[in-house]
Amino acid sequence: MSASRNHAIIRTHALKKDYVLGAEIVHALRGVDLVIDANEYVAIMGPSGSGKSTLMNLIGCLDTPTEGEYWLDGEPVAGLPDDELARIRNREIGFVFQTFNLLPRATALHNVELPLIYGGIPRRERRERAQAMLERVALADRMHHRPAELSGGQRQRVAIARALVNRPSILLADEPTGNLDSQTGAEIMALFDLLHGEGQTILLVTHEHDIAEHAHRAVTLRDGLIASDQLRSVPALGS
Amino acid sequence: MNPRAGIALALAQIRAQKLKSFFAVLGVIIGVMFLIAVVSVVEGMNRYITEDFARQVYGLNTITVRRVPEINFAGPSEWREWQRRPRLRFEDADAIHEQLGLPALVAVESDADAVLEAEDGTEVKNVWLSGASADYFRIMEHEIARGRLFTPPEDRFGIPVVVLGHEAAEKLFGSRDPLGRRVRINGFPFRVIGVLEQEGSLFGFSLDRRAIAPAHSPVARMVNPHGIVDRIVVRVSDAQLIPLAKLRLEAIMRSRRGLRPNDGNNFVIETSDEGLSFWARISRILYIAFPGLVSIALVVGGIVIMNIMLVSVVERTREIGVRKAIGARRRDIILQVLVESATLSGLGAILGIAIGIGLAWLVRALSPLPAVIAPQWIAAAVLLGVGVGMIAGIYPAARAAALDPVVALRHE
Repeated sequence: MSASRNHAIIRTHALKKDYVLGAEIVHALRGVDLVIDANEYVAIMGPSGSGKSTLMNLIGCLDTPTEGEYWLDGEPVAGLPDDELARIRNREIGFVFQTFNLLPRATALHNVELPLIYGGIPRRERRERAQAMLERVALADRMHHRPAELSGGQRQRVAIARALVNRPSILLADEPTGNLDSQTGAEIMALFDLLHGEGQTILLVTHEHDIAEHAHRAVTLRDGLIASDQLRSVPALGS
Repeated sequence: MNPRAGIALALAQIRAQKLKSFFAVLGVIIGVMFLIAVVSVVEGMNRYITEDFARQVYGLNTITVRRVPEINFAGPSEWREWQRRPRLRFEDADAIHEQLGLPALVAVESDADAVLEAEDGTEVKNVWLSGASADYFRIMEHEIARGRLFTPPEDRFGIPVVVLGHEAAEKLFGSRDPLGRRVRINGFPFRVIGVLEQEGSLFGFSLDRRAIAPAHSPVARMVNPHGIVDRIVVRVSDAQLIPLAKLRLEAIMRSRRGLRPNDGNNFVIETSDEGLSFWARISRILYIAFPGLVSIALVVGGIVIMNIMLVSVVERTREIGVRKAIGARRRDIILQVLVESATLSGLGAILGIAIGIGLAWLVRALSPLPAVIAPQWIAAAVLLGVGVGMIAGIYPAARAAALDPVVALRHE
């Protein structure tokens, strides 16, 4: 976890991303300046096509910007080669997806171990850390179950354990409750609140206002630009 | 990710899709199976030929004089030339005996198929009948099991006595004692004086279904025209004498045939080396032609595996996207696909080896061909299987590694 408060985990400057769609160029991002400090809990909102997924992919180092600068935890990452980006995704970023994206044939434990495997962590330590993380998300008794044997909420908790097992600088969650019923969704959001309370920096992409309300800051995108950036007075529920 | 985890992952994948995996590696299985089966038979032949065959056909330290080679690949024109050659005669053997000047045994032998009939009418057909001189037994190391061999005087005077092979004696007389009994060979009566030790078979041809009678006995008329013999066998006391003995035999024969210096030999002088060189030619052809056939099967097998792996990569696009998102580098993805492909193909090779060994045993059990399983070829087959899998996996692995994680994660 990052060192000090008020230290910028994410800093982007004039971030642009163009896609070529046939003969047409789509300007998905037109110049985004965004600073997210350590232990912030930020929701990125906006209608579909506003560029929030593109921004999420760039921040998650899954994609590289067409133009602009991006520092992750002080390190410039905009022009890094593939393998460096893979290393950053492994060490600095934890992804939580709407569809969980667990490996179907692997047990919960193995799914959580996976980032540690790619991080070159020795077997014993890997196992211990993965087990500890599953215990933290209250899945100690489900470690050897495969995703198909788990409920939606349990799957998403496995995914959160996987995202956090390498102690990333930032947790990136893309519509984490989109595939869950409202009660399970609330449980997951409570877990996020708890993690935030423990100092985890979280970036949440959502189009649901009541989900975004858990965050203490909401950034709204429209047509590839930041339309609004508001701090909420009300602290997040459960924190 | 380490290769061991990769192999475990690949095995889980294969277990989950047994039938598909089996068909994916069918080409490799077939290629390796034939490789092992054929190589086992060739190796078995090799051992057999070098250890037993040469001794049984030619004898140890033995030189054979014949009109044409015992084993040959002759074409029609060669055959015509051979047919014009004069035949060997008893006098040739006598001359060799007198003029060789080396410690050696000399014998003649001629053979033919015969029908043997016991007193009670029991008939045995297709018996290998030889008319031979008394020293033939010592030269060929035929050991007597019961009774006695015939003597030089019995040969000289043409006494109608016969020594039977183990199988011939058993077929004719069953459990009765054959010694002293009468047997008709192609209708002529002979007296059984001995039975040979069992010798086994050569490529399915029984060496025990035989009868050996003195060369000058009534057998002479059954095997050759008057005065003619099929071969003259000379056994020297020491292997080191063979080259000298060959030279002298050639000189004796050439002078008897009145050949001029630039005439070719119209006879052949052979030792077991000639039999071995004949086999060496066959095995060389097998070893050259065979890998070609195996590699065709393996190339086809490799292409099938490549396609299966491509399908598998497409099916798992999203999984690859997830792996990339959580930190898999290109080389991790490449390694995963290569290890899976190599594991699949290696398993195919192991299956092929098992079936190939089974096939080799079957060949040995059901046919006269011998078979020997050679460990170095098993190792080679496993390496070959893994290698084919690796090569077949390169393109699918590159495709997987090149996937854009953003696109891959969106893949349905």
